[in-house]
Amino acid sequence: MNTPSDLKYTKDHEWLKLLDNDEAIVGITDFAQQSLGDITFVELPEEGDTIDQGATFGVVESVKAASDLFMPIDVEVLEANSELEDAPEKVNQSPYEEGWIIKVKVLNPSQLDELMDSPAYQELAKD
Amino acid sequence: MSQLRRTPLYDLNKAHGGRMVDFAGWEMPVQFTSIIEEHKAVRSVAGLFDASHMGEVTVAGKDAEAFLDYVLTNRVTGMEKGRVLYSLMCYETGGVVDDLLVYKRDVGDYLLCLNASNKEKGVQWLTEHVGDFEVEARDVSDDYALIALQGPKAFDILRHISDADFRSLRYYHFTEGTIGSSPCLISRTGYTGELGVELFLKPDYAEEVAEEILREGEGTGLVLAGLGARDSLRLEAGYSLYGHEISETISPVQANLMWTVKLKKTSDFIGKAAIESEKSQGPAKRIVFFRTGGRRIARQGTAVFNGDEQVGEVVSGTFSPMLSEAIGSALVNAECVQAELSVELGRKREPVSIVKPPFIELNPQA
Repeated sequence: MNTPSDLKYTKDHEWLKLLDNDEAIVGITDFAQQSLGDITFVELPEEGDTIDQGATFGVVESVKAASDLFMPIDVEVLEANSELEDAPEKVNQSPYEEGWIIKVKVLNPSQLDELMDSPAYQELAKD
Repeated sequence: MSQLRRTPLYDLNKAHGGRMVDFAGWEMPVQFTSIIEEHKAVRSVAGLFDASHMGEVTVAGKDAEAFLDYVLTNRVTGMEKGRVLYSLMCYETGGVVDDLLVYKRDVGDYLLCLNASNKEKGVQWLTEHVGDFEVEARDVSDDYALIALQGPKAFDILRHISDADFRSLRYYHFTEGTIGSSPCLISRTGYTGELGVELFLKPDYAEEVAEEILREGEGTGLVLAGLGARDSLRLEAGYSLYGHEISETISPVQANLMWTVKLKKTSDFIGKAAIESEKSQGPAKRIVFFRTGGRRIARQGTAVFNGDEQVGEVVSGTFSPMLSEAIGSALVNAECVQAELSVELGRKREPVSIVKPPFIELNPQA
Protein backbone atom coordinates (compact mmCIF):
# COMPACT_ATOMS: atom_id res chain seq x y z
CA MET A 1 0.00 0.00 0.00
CA ASN A 2 1.43 3.30 -1.14
CA THR A 3 1.18 6.20 1.37
CA PRO A 4 3.56 9.05 0.47
CA SER A 5 5.21 10.56 3.52
CA ASP A 6 4.62 14.20 2.49
CA LEU A 7 0.81 13.83 2.73
CA LYS A 8 -1.71 14.03 5.58
CA TYR A 9 -4.46 11.42 5.92
CA THR A 10 -7.95 10.94 7.38
CA LYS A 11 -9.70 7.89 8.79
CA ASP A 12 -12.10 8.14 5.82
CA HIS A 13 -9.19 7.48 3.45
CA GLU A 14 -8.73 10.95 2.01
CA TRP A 15 -5.31 12.53 1.65
CA LEU A 16 -4.33 16.19 1.75
CA LYS A 17 -1.18 17.75 0.37
CA LEU A 18 -0.29 21.18 1.68
CA LEU A 19 1.00 23.64 -0.93
CA ASP A 20 2.19 27.22 -0.48
CA ASN A 21 -0.11 30.12 0.51
CA ASP A 22 -2.47 27.97 2.62
CA GLU A 23 -3.54 26.03 -0.45
CA ALA A 24 -3.87 22.26 -0.59
CA ILE A 25 -5.02 19.43 -2.84
CA VAL A 26 -7.22 16.58 -1.71
CA GLY A 27 -7.79 13.10 -3.07
CA ILE A 28 -8.48 9.53 -1.98
CA THR A 29 -5.78 7.09 -0.93
CA ASP A 30 -4.36 4.14 -2.78
CA PHE A 31 -6.07 1.91 -0.21
CA ALA A 32 -9.43 3.57 -0.94
CA GLN A 33 -9.16 3.25 -4.72
CA GLN A 34 -8.16 -0.40 -4.39
CA SER A 35 -11.11 -1.16 -2.11
CA LEU A 36 -13.55 0.56 -4.46
CA GLY A 37 -12.27 -1.12 -7.61
CA ASP A 38 -12.89 0.38 -11.05
CA ILE A 39 -13.96 3.99 -10.52
CA THR A 40 -16.57 5.02 -13.08
CA PHE A 41 -17.78 8.40 -11.83
CA VAL A 42 -16.63 11.23 -9.58
CA GLU A 43 -19.05 13.96 -8.48
CA LEU A 44 -17.15 17.19 -7.90
CA PRO A 45 -18.08 20.33 -5.95
CA GLU A 46 -18.33 23.77 -7.55
CA GLU A 47 -15.50 26.29 -7.38
CA GLY A 48 -16.11 28.82 -4.63
CA ASP A 49 -18.07 26.43 -2.40
CA THR A 50 -17.04 26.50 1.23
CA ILE A 51 -17.05 23.11 2.88
CA ASP A 52 -16.82 22.36 6.59
CA GLN A 53 -14.53 19.80 8.10
CA GLY A 54 -16.19 16.36 7.96
CA ALA A 55 -18.87 17.43 5.46
CA THR A 56 -19.35 15.46 2.26
CA PHE A 57 -18.00 17.22 -0.81
CA GLY A 58 -18.65 14.67 -3.51
CA VAL A 59 -19.07 11.04 -4.40
CA VAL A 60 -16.77 8.47 -5.89
CA GLU A 61 -18.54 5.63 -7.60
CA SER A 62 -17.18 2.31 -8.73
CA VAL A 63 -18.90 -0.54 -10.53
CA LYS A 64 -19.54 -2.08 -7.13
CA ALA A 65 -20.39 0.83 -4.82
CA ALA A 66 -20.81 4.55 -4.26
CA SER A 67 -18.76 6.22 -1.56
CA ASP A 68 -19.05 9.74 -0.12
CA LEU A 69 -16.03 12.00 0.03
CA PHE A 70 -15.43 13.75 3.37
CA MET A 71 -13.55 17.03 3.68
CA PRO A 72 -10.58 16.70 6.05
CA ILE A 73 -10.67 20.38 7.17
CA ASP A 74 -12.64 23.63 6.60
CA VAL A 75 -11.95 24.83 3.06
CA GLU A 76 -13.01 26.91 0.13
CA VAL A 77 -12.93 25.09 -3.20
CA LEU A 78 -10.49 26.67 -5.67
CA GLU A 79 -10.58 24.12 -8.44
CA ALA A 80 -11.98 20.67 -9.16
CA ASN A 81 -10.10 18.19 -11.32
CA SER A 82 -12.37 18.31 -14.36
CA GLU A 83 -10.25 15.67 -16.10
CA LEU A 84 -12.03 13.15 -13.89
CA GLU A 85 -15.37 13.78 -15.58
CA ASP A 86 -14.29 11.85 -18.64
CA ALA A 87 -11.49 9.82 -17.12
CA PRO A 88 -12.41 8.86 -13.54
CA GLU A 89 -10.12 5.83 -13.90
CA LYS A 90 -7.24 8.24 -13.22
CA VAL A 91 -8.15 7.92 -9.54
CA ASN A 92 -7.34 4.20 -9.81
CA GLN A 93 -4.25 4.66 -11.92
CA SER A 94 -2.70 7.56 -10.06
CA PRO A 95 -4.50 8.34 -6.79
CA TYR A 96 -1.84 10.81 -5.54
CA GLU A 97 -0.96 12.58 -8.80
CA GLU A 98 -3.25 12.70 -11.84
CA GLY A 99 -6.18 11.40 -9.81
CA TRP A 100 -6.28 14.37 -7.39
CA ILE A 101 -9.84 15.51 -6.77
CA ILE A 102 -9.95 19.15 -5.62
CA LYS A 103 -7.66 22.06 -4.91
CA VAL A 104 -8.71 24.11 -1.88
CA LYS A 105 -7.94 27.13 0.26
CA VAL A 106 -7.25 26.10 3.86
CA LEU A 107 -9.50 28.24 6.09
CA ASN A 108 -8.44 26.97 9.49
CA PRO A 109 -4.81 25.78 9.46
CA SER A 110 -4.89 24.57 13.06
CA GLN A 111 -7.11 21.67 11.91
CA LEU A 112 -4.17 20.26 9.97
CA ASP A 113 -2.76 18.96 13.25
CA GLU A 114 -5.74 16.64 13.58
CA LEU A 115 -4.78 14.69 10.46
CA MET A 116 -2.68 11.54 10.42
CA ASP A 117 0.81 11.15 9.08
CA SER A 118 1.78 8.29 6.79
CA PRO A 119 2.79 5.71 9.49
CA ALA A 120 -0.40 6.38 11.50
CA TYR A 121 -2.55 5.95 8.40
CA GLN A 122 -0.70 2.77 7.41
CA GLU A 123 -1.58 1.39 10.82
CA LEU A 124 -5.26 2.33 10.43
CA ALA A 125 -5.65 0.97 6.91
CA LYS A 126 -4.06 -2.32 7.93
CA ASP A 127 -7.13 -3.38 9.95
CA MET B 1 -23.14 -16.01 10.28
CA SER B 2 -22.48 -19.59 9.33
CA GLN B 3 -19.30 -20.75 7.65
CA LEU B 4 -19.07 -19.75 3.99
CA ARG B 5 -18.82 -22.61 1.53
CA ARG B 6 -15.88 -22.94 -0.82
CA THR B 7 -15.84 -24.27 -4.38
CA PRO B 8 -13.22 -26.72 -5.70
CA LEU B 9 -11.55 -23.72 -7.36
CA TYR B 10 -11.23 -21.73 -4.13
CA ASP B 11 -7.45 -22.19 -3.88
CA LEU B 12 -6.96 -21.34 -7.55
CA ASN B 13 -9.14 -18.23 -7.23
CA LYS B 14 -7.17 -17.08 -4.19
CA ALA B 15 -3.80 -17.87 -5.78
CA HIS B 16 -4.71 -15.70 -8.78
CA GLY B 17 -5.58 -12.72 -6.60
CA GLY B 18 -9.34 -13.21 -6.47
CA ARG B 19 -11.04 -10.72 -4.14
CA MET B 20 -13.37 -13.02 -2.26
CA VAL B 21 -16.87 -12.04 -1.15
CA ASP B 22 -19.91 -13.76 0.30
CA PHE B 23 -22.27 -14.66 -2.52
CA ALA B 24 -25.33 -16.73 -1.55
CA GLY B 25 -23.32 -18.33 1.26
CA TRP B 26 -20.32 -19.07 -0.96
CA GLU B 27 -16.89 -17.48 -0.80
CA MET B 28 -16.56 -16.35 -4.43
CA PRO B 29 -14.21 -14.04 -6.36
CA VAL B 30 -15.92 -10.76 -7.28
CA GLN B 31 -12.90 -9.68 -9.32
CA PHE B 32 -9.28 -10.60 -9.98
CA THR B 33 -7.76 -7.45 -11.46
CA SER B 34 -10.59 -5.13 -12.54
CA ILE B 35 -14.24 -5.78 -13.35
CA ILE B 36 -14.01 -3.54 -16.42
CA GLU B 37 -10.82 -5.18 -17.73
CA GLU B 38 -12.22 -8.68 -17.14
CA HIS B 39 -15.45 -7.70 -18.89
CA LYS B 40 -13.59 -6.35 -21.93
CA ALA B 41 -11.37 -9.43 -22.07
CA VAL B 42 -14.45 -11.67 -22.26
CA ARG B 43 -15.85 -9.60 -25.14
CA SER B 44 -12.55 -9.56 -27.06
CA VAL B 45 -10.78 -12.83 -26.13
CA ALA B 46 -12.16 -15.06 -23.37
CA GLY B 47 -12.68 -15.32 -19.64
CA LEU B 48 -12.78 -18.31 -17.32
CA PHE B 49 -15.43 -18.19 -14.59
CA ASP B 50 -15.87 -20.41 -11.56
CA ALA B 51 -19.61 -21.11 -11.44
CA SER B 52 -19.33 -24.11 -9.13
CA HIS B 53 -21.65 -22.49 -6.62
CA MET B 54 -24.59 -23.18 -8.96
CA GLY B 55 -26.92 -26.01 -7.95
CA GLU B 56 -27.39 -29.25 -9.90
CA VAL B 57 -30.41 -31.52 -9.56
CA THR B 58 -31.13 -34.75 -11.43
CA VAL B 59 -34.70 -35.52 -12.34
CA ALA B 60 -35.06 -39.14 -13.43
CA GLY B 61 -37.79 -41.71 -13.84
CA LYS B 62 -40.57 -42.86 -16.12
CA ASP B 63 -42.57 -39.67 -15.61
CA ALA B 64 -39.66 -37.22 -15.78
CA GLU B 65 -41.03 -35.41 -18.86
CA ALA B 66 -44.56 -35.15 -17.48
CA PHE B 67 -43.25 -33.99 -14.12
CA LEU B 68 -40.99 -31.31 -15.61
CA ASP B 69 -43.79 -30.12 -17.89
CA TYR B 70 -45.91 -29.72 -14.74
CA VAL B 71 -43.37 -27.80 -12.62
CA LEU B 72 -41.72 -25.80 -15.41
CA THR B 73 -43.19 -23.20 -17.77
CA ASN B 74 -41.26 -24.25 -20.90
CA ARG B 75 -41.95 -27.44 -22.88
CA VAL B 76 -39.77 -30.43 -21.99
CA THR B 77 -41.75 -33.12 -23.81
CA GLY B 78 -40.37 -33.37 -27.32
CA MET B 79 -36.88 -32.12 -26.38
CA GLU B 80 -34.12 -33.94 -28.21
CA LYS B 81 -31.42 -35.73 -26.29
CA GLY B 82 -28.39 -33.44 -26.04
CA ARG B 83 -30.46 -30.28 -25.96
CA VAL B 84 -30.49 -27.56 -23.32
CA LEU B 85 -33.62 -25.61 -22.45
CA TYR B 86 -34.01 -22.38 -20.47
CA SER B 87 -37.13 -22.38 -18.32
CA LEU B 88 -38.77 -20.76 -15.36
CA MET B 89 -40.25 -22.60 -12.41
CA CYS B 90 -43.23 -20.66 -11.09
CA TYR B 91 -45.49 -20.44 -8.08
CA GLU B 92 -49.27 -20.73 -8.44
CA THR B 93 -49.28 -16.92 -8.31
CA GLY B 94 -47.13 -16.68 -11.43
CA GLY B 95 -44.16 -15.41 -9.42
CA VAL B 96 -40.88 -17.18 -10.05
CA VAL B 97 -39.30 -19.89 -7.84
CA ASP B 98 -36.17 -19.96 -9.99
CA ASP B 99 -34.93 -19.78 -13.56
CA LEU B 100 -32.90 -22.75 -14.67
CA LEU B 101 -31.39 -24.78 -17.47
CA VAL B 102 -32.64 -28.28 -18.32
CA TYR B 103 -30.23 -30.77 -19.89
CA LYS B 104 -31.78 -33.80 -21.54
CA ARG B 105 -29.27 -36.61 -21.06
CA ASP B 106 -31.68 -39.33 -22.10
CA VAL B 107 -35.35 -40.19 -22.12
CA GLY B 108 -36.41 -39.94 -18.48
CA ASP B 109 -33.02 -38.56 -17.41
CA TYR B 110 -32.50 -34.80 -16.92
CA LEU B 111 -29.99 -32.56 -15.24
CA LEU B 112 -31.18 -29.16 -13.97
CA CYS B 113 -28.89 -26.25 -13.18
CA LEU B 114 -30.29 -23.84 -10.58
CA ASN B 115 -29.16 -20.52 -9.14
CA ALA B 116 -26.96 -20.90 -6.06
CA SER B 117 -29.17 -18.51 -4.12
CA ASN B 118 -32.29 -20.57 -4.92
CA LYS B 119 -30.92 -24.07 -4.72
CA GLU B 120 -32.40 -25.20 -1.37
CA LYS B 121 -35.74 -23.59 -2.19
CA GLY B 122 -35.75 -25.10 -5.68
CA VAL B 123 -34.89 -28.61 -4.54
CA GLN B 124 -37.59 -28.43 -1.91
CA TRP B 125 -40.13 -27.14 -4.44
CA LEU B 126 -39.30 -29.96 -6.86
CA THR B 127 -39.49 -32.73 -4.24
CA GLU B 128 -42.70 -31.33 -2.76
CA HIS B 129 -44.43 -31.61 -6.11
CA VAL B 130 -43.36 -35.14 -7.05
CA GLY B 131 -46.69 -36.45 -5.73
CA ASP B 132 -47.84 -39.35 -7.89
CA PHE B 133 -45.27 -38.81 -10.62
CA GLU B 134 -42.89 -41.71 -10.95
CA VAL B 135 -39.78 -39.62 -10.70
CA GLU B 136 -36.94 -38.83 -8.34
CA ALA B 137 -35.47 -35.35 -7.92
CA ARG B 138 -32.06 -35.46 -6.30
CA ASP B 139 -29.69 -32.69 -5.28
CA VAL B 140 -26.32 -33.62 -6.82
CA SER B 141 -24.66 -30.21 -6.44
CA ASP B 142 -21.72 -31.66 -4.53
CA ASP B 143 -20.94 -33.99 -7.45
CA TYR B 144 -20.22 -31.13 -9.84
CA ALA B 145 -17.87 -28.27 -10.38
CA LEU B 146 -18.91 -25.81 -13.08
CA ILE B 147 -16.42 -23.84 -15.16
CA ALA B 148 -17.57 -21.36 -17.80
CA LEU B 149 -15.24 -20.35 -20.61
CA GLN B 150 -16.78 -17.42 -22.49
CA GLY B 151 -15.52 -15.25 -25.30
CA PRO B 152 -14.81 -15.23 -29.06
CA LYS B 153 -11.58 -17.22 -28.59
CA ALA B 154 -13.09 -19.86 -26.26
CA PHE B 155 -13.17 -22.62 -28.87
CA ASP B 156 -9.72 -21.77 -30.24
CA ILE B 157 -8.36 -22.24 -26.75
CA LEU B 158 -10.20 -25.48 -26.03
CA ARG B 159 -9.67 -27.10 -29.44
CA HIS B 160 -6.20 -28.41 -28.62
CA ILE B 161 -7.10 -29.85 -25.24
CA SER B 162 -10.47 -31.41 -26.01
CA ASP B 163 -11.82 -34.27 -28.10
CA ALA B 164 -15.10 -32.41 -28.67
CA ASP B 165 -16.02 -31.10 -32.12
CA PHE B 166 -16.90 -27.51 -31.34
CA ARG B 167 -17.87 -26.70 -34.92
CA SER B 168 -20.77 -29.15 -34.79
CA LEU B 169 -21.81 -28.24 -31.24
CA ARG B 170 -24.72 -25.88 -31.70
CA TYR B 171 -25.98 -23.20 -29.33
CA TYR B 172 -28.04 -24.65 -26.47
CA HIS B 173 -26.76 -28.17 -27.16
CA PHE B 174 -24.30 -30.21 -25.12
CA THR B 175 -22.03 -33.17 -25.58
CA GLU B 176 -20.02 -35.51 -23.39
CA GLY B 177 -16.30 -35.19 -23.99
CA THR B 178 -12.97 -34.50 -22.39
CA ILE B 179 -11.31 -31.23 -21.56
CA GLY B 180 -7.69 -31.85 -20.73
CA SER B 181 -7.56 -34.76 -18.34
CA SER B 182 -11.22 -34.77 -17.34
CA PRO B 183 -14.48 -36.11 -18.69
CA CYS B 184 -16.96 -33.23 -18.92
CA LEU B 185 -20.47 -32.40 -19.88
CA ILE B 186 -19.69 -29.66 -22.41
CA SER B 187 -22.61 -27.28 -22.85
CA ARG B 188 -22.75 -24.53 -25.45
CA THR B 189 -24.42 -22.05 -23.16
CA GLY B 190 -23.41 -19.09 -21.08
CA TYR B 191 -24.43 -15.90 -19.37
CA THR B 192 -22.43 -13.36 -21.34
CA GLY B 193 -23.82 -13.28 -24.89
CA GLU B 194 -20.48 -14.51 -26.22
CA LEU B 195 -19.40 -17.73 -27.83
CA GLY B 196 -18.45 -20.24 -25.17
CA VAL B 197 -19.17 -23.25 -23.07
CA GLU B 198 -20.10 -24.25 -19.57
CA LEU B 199 -18.31 -27.35 -18.33
CA PHE B 200 -19.79 -29.66 -15.72
CA LEU B 201 -17.15 -31.91 -14.23
CA LYS B 202 -16.17 -33.82 -11.12
CA PRO B 203 -14.91 -31.51 -8.37
CA ASP B 204 -11.64 -33.45 -8.09
CA TYR B 205 -10.73 -32.51 -11.67
CA ALA B 206 -11.78 -28.88 -11.52
CA GLU B 207 -8.51 -27.28 -10.51
CA GLU B 208 -6.46 -29.31 -12.99
CA VAL B 209 -8.83 -28.52 -15.87
CA ALA B 210 -8.91 -24.82 -15.02
CA GLU B 211 -5.08 -24.78 -14.94
CA GLU B 212 -4.96 -26.59 -18.28
CA ILE B 213 -7.30 -24.08 -19.88
CA LEU B 214 -5.36 -21.15 -18.44
CA ARG B 215 -2.08 -22.65 -19.69
CA GLU B 216 -3.55 -23.20 -23.15
CA GLY B 217 -4.83 -19.63 -23.20
CA GLU B 218 -1.53 -18.12 -22.12
CA GLY B 219 -0.54 -15.27 -24.43
CA THR B 220 -4.02 -14.96 -25.97
CA GLY B 221 -5.40 -12.50 -23.43
CA LEU B 222 -7.53 -15.10 -21.62
CA VAL B 223 -8.33 -13.92 -18.08
CA LEU B 224 -9.88 -15.28 -14.94
CA ALA B 225 -13.14 -13.37 -14.48
CA GLY B 226 -15.19 -12.86 -11.33
CA LEU B 227 -18.80 -12.33 -10.38
CA GLY B 228 -18.54 -8.58 -10.99
CA ALA B 229 -17.83 -9.07 -14.69
CA ARG B 230 -20.39 -11.89 -14.82
CA ASP B 231 -23.05 -9.40 -13.73
CA SER B 232 -22.06 -6.54 -16.05
CA LEU B 233 -21.79 -8.98 -18.98
CA ARG B 234 -25.24 -10.45 -18.39
CA LEU B 235 -26.86 -7.04 -18.01
CA GLU B 236 -25.22 -5.73 -21.19
CA ALA B 237 -26.58 -8.85 -22.93
CA GLY B 238 -30.04 -8.16 -21.46
CA TYR B 239 -30.31 -11.43 -19.54
CA SER B 240 -32.52 -11.61 -16.46
CA LEU B 241 -31.09 -12.32 -13.03
CA TYR B 242 -33.19 -13.79 -10.25
CA GLY B 243 -33.86 -11.26 -7.50
CA HIS B 244 -33.65 -8.44 -10.04
CA GLU B 245 -35.67 -8.80 -13.29
CA ILE B 246 -37.51 -11.89 -12.00
CA SER B 247 -38.48 -12.80 -8.46
CA GLU B 248 -41.22 -14.24 -6.28
CA THR B 249 -43.31 -11.20 -7.22
CA ILE B 250 -42.02 -10.33 -10.71
CA SER B 251 -43.72 -12.70 -13.14
CA PRO B 252 -42.66 -13.78 -16.64
CA VAL B 253 -45.38 -11.53 -18.10
CA GLN B 254 -43.81 -8.53 -16.38
CA ALA B 255 -40.27 -9.65 -17.20
CA ASN B 256 -40.93 -10.10 -20.97
CA LEU B 257 -40.09 -13.78 -20.62
CA MET B 258 -43.24 -15.19 -22.17
CA TRP B 259 -41.09 -16.97 -24.78
CA THR B 260 -40.18 -19.37 -21.95
CA VAL B 261 -43.83 -19.98 -21.02
CA LYS B 262 -45.74 -22.42 -23.19
CA LEU B 263 -49.38 -21.71 -22.45
CA LYS B 264 -50.36 -24.03 -25.28
CA LYS B 265 -48.58 -27.13 -24.01
CA THR B 266 -51.00 -30.00 -23.46
CA SER B 267 -50.41 -30.47 -19.75
CA ASP B 268 -51.34 -28.02 -17.03
CA PHE B 269 -48.41 -26.47 -15.18
CA ILE B 270 -47.96 -24.64 -11.92
CA GLY B 271 -48.68 -20.93 -12.36
CA LYS B 272 -50.48 -21.33 -15.69
CA ALA B 273 -53.84 -19.89 -14.60
CA ALA B 274 -52.28 -16.83 -12.98
CA ILE B 275 -49.96 -16.17 -15.90
CA GLU B 276 -52.77 -16.58 -18.45
CA SER B 277 -54.96 -14.17 -16.55
CA GLU B 278 -52.19 -11.60 -16.11
CA LYS B 279 -51.35 -11.86 -19.79
CA SER B 280 -54.94 -11.31 -20.92
CA GLN B 281 -55.57 -8.41 -18.53
CA GLY B 282 -52.16 -6.90 -19.20
CA PRO B 283 -49.56 -6.71 -16.41
CA ALA B 284 -49.65 -3.82 -13.93
CA LYS B 285 -45.87 -3.47 -14.14
CA ARG B 286 -43.18 -4.22 -16.66
CA ILE B 287 -39.43 -4.59 -16.77
CA VAL B 288 -37.67 -2.10 -19.04
CA PHE B 289 -33.99 -1.67 -19.85
CA PHE B 290 -32.47 1.80 -20.01
CA ARG B 291 -29.38 3.81 -20.85
CA THR B 292 -28.56 6.83 -18.72
CA GLY B 293 -26.39 8.73 -21.17
CA GLY B 294 -23.95 9.37 -18.31
CA ARG B 295 -21.44 7.56 -16.17
CA ARG B 296 -23.32 7.57 -12.89
CA ILE B 297 -24.92 4.22 -12.02
CA ALA B 298 -28.60 4.13 -11.05
CA ARG B 299 -28.41 1.30 -8.56
CA GLN B 300 -31.00 -1.24 -7.47
CA GLY B 301 -33.75 0.56 -5.52
CA THR B 302 -33.27 3.94 -7.23
CA ALA B 303 -36.61 5.68 -7.82
CA VAL B 304 -37.88 6.02 -11.40
CA PHE B 305 -40.09 8.99 -12.30
CA ASN B 306 -42.53 9.94 -15.03
CA GLY B 307 -42.67 13.69 -14.60
CA ASP B 308 -43.07 14.19 -10.86
CA GLU B 309 -44.71 10.89 -10.19
CA GLN B 310 -42.69 7.91 -9.02
CA VAL B 311 -43.63 5.05 -11.32
CA GLY B 312 -41.15 2.36 -10.40
CA GLU B 313 -37.66 1.51 -9.30
CA VAL B 314 -34.40 0.29 -10.69
CA VAL B 315 -33.84 -3.46 -10.31
CA SER B 316 -30.34 -3.71 -11.85
CA GLY B 317 -27.75 -1.03 -12.50
CA THR B 318 -24.20 -1.20 -13.66
CA PHE B 319 -21.57 0.47 -15.79
CA SER B 320 -21.35 -0.85 -19.33
CA PRO B 321 -17.65 -1.10 -20.17
CA MET B 322 -18.43 -1.41 -23.88
CA LEU B 323 -20.63 1.72 -23.99
CA SER B 324 -18.72 3.61 -21.25
CA GLU B 325 -22.13 4.46 -19.88
CA ALA B 326 -24.30 3.48 -16.94
CA ILE B 327 -27.09 1.09 -17.92
CA GLY B 328 -29.82 -0.71 -16.05
CA SER B 329 -33.25 -2.22 -15.82
CA ALA B 330 -36.30 -1.10 -13.87
CA LEU B 331 -39.73 -2.35 -12.88
CA VAL B 332 -42.22 0.39 -13.85
CA ASN B 333 -45.96 0.85 -14.14
CA ALA B 334 -46.93 -0.75 -17.43
CA GLU B 335 -48.56 2.37 -18.84
CA CYS B 336 -45.22 4.20 -18.56
CA VAL B 337 -43.02 1.98 -20.70
CA GLN B 338 -43.21 4.47 -23.59
CA ALA B 339 -42.97 7.56 -21.36
CA GLU B 340 -40.03 9.90 -20.86
CA LEU B 341 -38.66 8.46 -17.64
CA SER B 342 -36.00 9.78 -15.31
CA VAL B 343 -34.07 8.41 -12.36
CA GLU B 344 -33.00 10.08 -9.15
CA LEU B 345 -29.22 10.33 -9.06
CA GLY B 346 -27.82 12.17 -6.06
CA ARG B 347 -29.74 15.44 -5.88
CA LYS B 348 -30.67 15.42 -9.55
CA ARG B 349 -33.19 13.73 -11.81
CA GLU B 350 -31.55 12.43 -14.93
CA PRO B 351 -33.53 11.36 -18.00
CA VAL B 352 -33.04 7.80 -19.19
CA SER B 353 -33.76 6.29 -22.58
CA ILE B 354 -35.59 2.99 -22.77
CA VAL B 355 -33.90 0.50 -25.07
CA LYS B 356 -34.58 -2.98 -26.27
CA PRO B 357 -31.80 -5.27 -25.04
CA PRO B 358 -29.15 -6.38 -25.74
CA PHE B 359 -27.31 -3.10 -25.19
CA ILE B 360 -24.57 -4.09 -27.61
CA GLU B 361 -24.36 -6.33 -30.64
CA LEU B 362 -23.78 -9.84 -29.37
CA ASN B 363 -22.03 -12.70 -31.06
CA PRO B 364 -24.60 -13.96 -33.60
CA GLN B 365 -23.64 -17.54 -32.86
CA ALA B 366 -24.07 -17.20 -29.11
